[in-house]
Amino acid sequence: MTTIVLPTKPWAASKQDRLRNFLFYLLAVAVSFVLVAVTPMKGKLAYAVIFFITYMTVTSLYSLLITGSAAAKDAAIKSLVGLGATVTLIPILSIIGTVLRKGLPGLSLGLFTSDMSLSAPTDPLSSGGLLHAITGTLTMVAMALILSVPLGILTALYLTEIRGKFSGPIRFLVQAMSGVPSIVAGLFILSAVLYPITGNYSGLMGALALTILMIPTVARTSEEVLQLIPNDLREAGTALGGTQWRTVAMIVIPAARSGLITAVILGIARIAGETAPLLLLTGGGDRVTGKVFDGPIGSLPYYIWKSFNAGSPEALTRAWAGLLVLMIVVLILFTSARALSSRKIS
Amino acid sequence: MPNPVNTIPLPRELTTKPRRSDKVFRQVVTTGGLSSLAILGLIAFFLARSGFEVLREEGLSFITSSEWSIMTDEIGNVTESNFGLAAMLVGTILCSIIAVVIAVPISVFSALFLNFYAPIWLKRILVSIIDTMAAFPSILFGIWGFLVLMPSVEYWAKLINKYFGWILLFEVKPYFFTRSPFVAGVVLAIMIIPIITSVSREVFAQAPLDRIQAAFALGATRWAMIKAVVIPYGRSGVVGGAMLGLGRAMGETVAVYTVLNIVYQVNWHVLLGAGGNVASLIILKFGEASPYEIKALMAAGLILFLMTLMVNAGANSIVKRTGKSGR
Amino acid sequence: METKPSNQKQVQESGKQMTTPIKPSSLSSVASASPHRVESVHAQGTGLETRGVHAWFGKNHVLADVSLDFTAGSVTALIGPSGCGKSTYIRTINRMHEFIPGAAMAGEVLLDGKDVYAPGIDVTKIRLQIGMVFQKPNPFPSMTIGENVLSGLKLAQLKVANKEELLEECLVRAGLWSEVKDRLGTHGGSLSGGQQQRLCIARALAVRPQVLLMDEPCSALDPGSTLRIEETVRELSETMTIVIVTHNMQQAARVSDYTAFFLSDGGPGQMIEVARTSEIFSQPKDQRTENYVTGRFG
Repeated sequence: MTTIVLPTKPWAASKQDRLRNFLFYLLAVAVSFVLVAVTPMKGKLAYAVIFFITYMTVTSLYSLLITGSAAAKDAAIKSLVGLGATVTLIPILSIIGTVLRKGLPGLSLGLFTSDMSLSAPTDPLSSGGLLHAITGTLTMVAMALILSVPLGILTALYLTEIRGKFSGPIRFLVQAMSGVPSIVAGLFILSAVLYPITGNYSGLMGALALTILMIPTVARTSEEVLQLIPNDLREAGTALGGTQWRTVAMIVIPAARSGLITAVILGIARIAGETAPLLLLTGGGDRVTGKVFDGPIGSLPYYIWKSFNAGSPEALTRAWAGLLVLMIVVLILFTSARALSSRKIS
Repeated sequence: MPNPVNTIPLPRELTTKPRRSDKVFRQVVTTGGLSSLAILGLIAFFLARSGFEVLREEGLSFITSSEWSIMTDEIGNVTESNFGLAAMLVGTILCSIIAVVIAVPISVFSALFLNFYAPIWLKRILVSIIDTMAAFPSILFGIWGFLVLMPSVEYWAKLINKYFGWILLFEVKPYFFTRSPFVAGVVLAIMIIPIITSVSREVFAQAPLDRIQAAFALGATRWAMIKAVVIPYGRSGVVGGAMLGLGRAMGETVAVYTVLNIVYQVNWHVLLGAGGNVASLIILKFGEASPYEIKALMAAGLILFLMTLMVNAGANSIVKRTGKSGR
Repeated sequence: METKPSNQKQVQESGKQMTTPIKPSSLSSVASASPHRVESVHAQGTGLETRGVHAWFGKNHVLADVSLDFTAGSVTALIGPSGCGKSTYIRTINRMHEFIPGAAMAGEVLLDGKDVYAPGIDVTKIRLQIGMVFQKPNPFPSMTIGENVLSGLKLAQLKVANKEELLEECLVRAGLWSEVKDRLGTHGGSLSGGQQQRLCIARALAVRPQVLLMDEPCSALDPGSTLRIEETVRELSETMTIVIVTHNMQQAARVSDYTAFFLSDGGPGQMIEVARTSEIFSQPKDQRTENYVTGRFG
């Protein structure tokens, strides 16, 4: 009596079920082609709508006849949620596809080695590049980092370590701050700093606005990460005689290190593509410049903006190329953040 | 011998005198924590201060009138000015509401699909894609919306107008469909779907497992279970997520600027290519604005700030009520 | 520790025992004696049988070769230490096991002679015939007491001629009617744990199952509620087959006609012995059963 028994999943879709489902798809496709040929309905929209309605009707009817009304409703909802997910996915794929298709032709080595100080967006693609945009963005992001990371992490520390009487209001305020439109942040710096104090476009102004947008992201993600650190670590620290600040600095923060880095990376990804405040504060310079406190400075979003507004085919290709570069930057930041956070969990 | 007295001693007062370094630590952290309060307060203060003159001059008509004009004489003094945001406010609200109306059903269905219908491998792939999309810069949506999406949306708008044009909302006179609130609403919807999907997904994932099991044990189909357990539980969370999306849509600048024609007239016909929102007005006018007009733009910024603040505060309080009663 | 072959012989023997079931004295006479009987309830089917049921979580083999035959109208208790697969076993009966990602099974579960895992079977209908009461009471908070009892009908889209009659009948059979009959329209928030559990029993009864599976239904309740639920179980067994998982051996002794003992030796859980309850406690055939029921371990 030592037969080996193998695990099975009798509830999983059988070959028969899968075949039947496939036939339903085919039927829906066929009906959509027929109806489009016969009626005045035309275009991709017609195909898609007829396909979906047919598929949903057929599967629901089948369930209704074989099983009952509850199963029919379930089948109908199943089609609908599938439609929802598809509709969500289509724009993403279209955007990525378009950026690749239209941006790749504009990529060249020259793109990364020259700036626009001697060229106009409408010039042929061989002249000019976005080096100034990259350096500008990098500079402003770095400055924003220096300001927002301490403030963001300190805020998170207040919420998780000190948990004082301001915790409720502060948490609310951080949420509120994350909803501040980027243009409002730009106007604020304009009225509070640029006009009264410096009077000129500069990278610092842009960085200040970006700081306001970055702090909530850093604070919120850091708070989540710090909450995850189990209390035993803190207790162990104080039991050993450590003061609170030493416990936090030498035990809690190193334990949360990768999570905090994730928070910072997410903050960077958030502001790397922000356009509106830069349009107000930085002046969109065309040359690679080291003067960050005074004078216009370029940035990727501004470069894209200028190229787009110039309108000619070459200019549009520049804009797409710029968007491609920006998208790659954001994707790299995002995947590294995700890689870091999953490593931390394991 | 004196009688032993049986009394329960009072609790001792515990005092700790924190070390000086800890006191400093507390102060530094508290100051950092209050920075958000400071920043928000400063934003309100400076915008109000800069815009005060214009607000006082215009009074309530700043919100109710649609005219935006300024005339200066040769030396640059302002001779006459009229600043009214009504058209832009209506445009802001219209575009955001269209965006939310389109985005919420799609997001809720997507979240249900991801949590309850998708196989695990598919869920993981889709979740990473959708979360990444939330990080795309808005200028990307604006340019893509203008160059790629607009022809399709115009076609849909024409269809809607053809069959439903008798509804006042869908009337289009003059016959001009390009860059309408509808297009802007669709672009905004695509932008906020990842956010609402993400929030809804998290809320649905927290639906209590024991009730879900009870529903299945009673012979419920997946949809019956969702209707009985998940939706009552997650309702307020989804509403909160929708309001977050609404706030984002209201403050969007570049994405709307590229796909919406700014016209200084209140326009409720969503398919007609005219409108504007507050943020794109600011961008439009900023380039050539005189100092006085800039004050008007600051005032506009203040209004926008207050609007988004209210929506976000409302969203917060609603999300906090998730699962409190499960109703 | 017994070697494998004799272990399996043991199982086979007990399996053989069960295939010639000892029926309790005529069901119909017991049925008419009960004053709470309502015409629409009838003695159910030919019973439940599992043959060679195994269960896996991923690669983890957690339950091996359980063959049990449950007589219609009987109460069978499943006892044994924690973690030996009793809860997993009953979840393979009403097909709740498959919800866990990575779950797999083997063997057959026969209701009225038909395998519930057969291809083409509508699983929601199976769950209407095999009901379940959980360890922690889980009424739906978004519904009133009355709506909770009838929720099974709504979920499965069943039509019933007289809802109020069904509502009252189920609450009566669950022993809750007198306590809630004046507040059927209120939400269940004010009910005690024991009352909530009886509400869940009433809810399970409303869809007229043939079999009721109970997973430690009293372990979260106080002794008074526990005794009341045990009374209910005894009454319900007149018209349905009940399988109850319990850690409480006195409960098993009070409530059940048959008892099955489960044990895991570090590998998959197995059913070691099954017999009439009186026999298993007084004269267990397997040494491990004796060790467990006399309290030497577990």
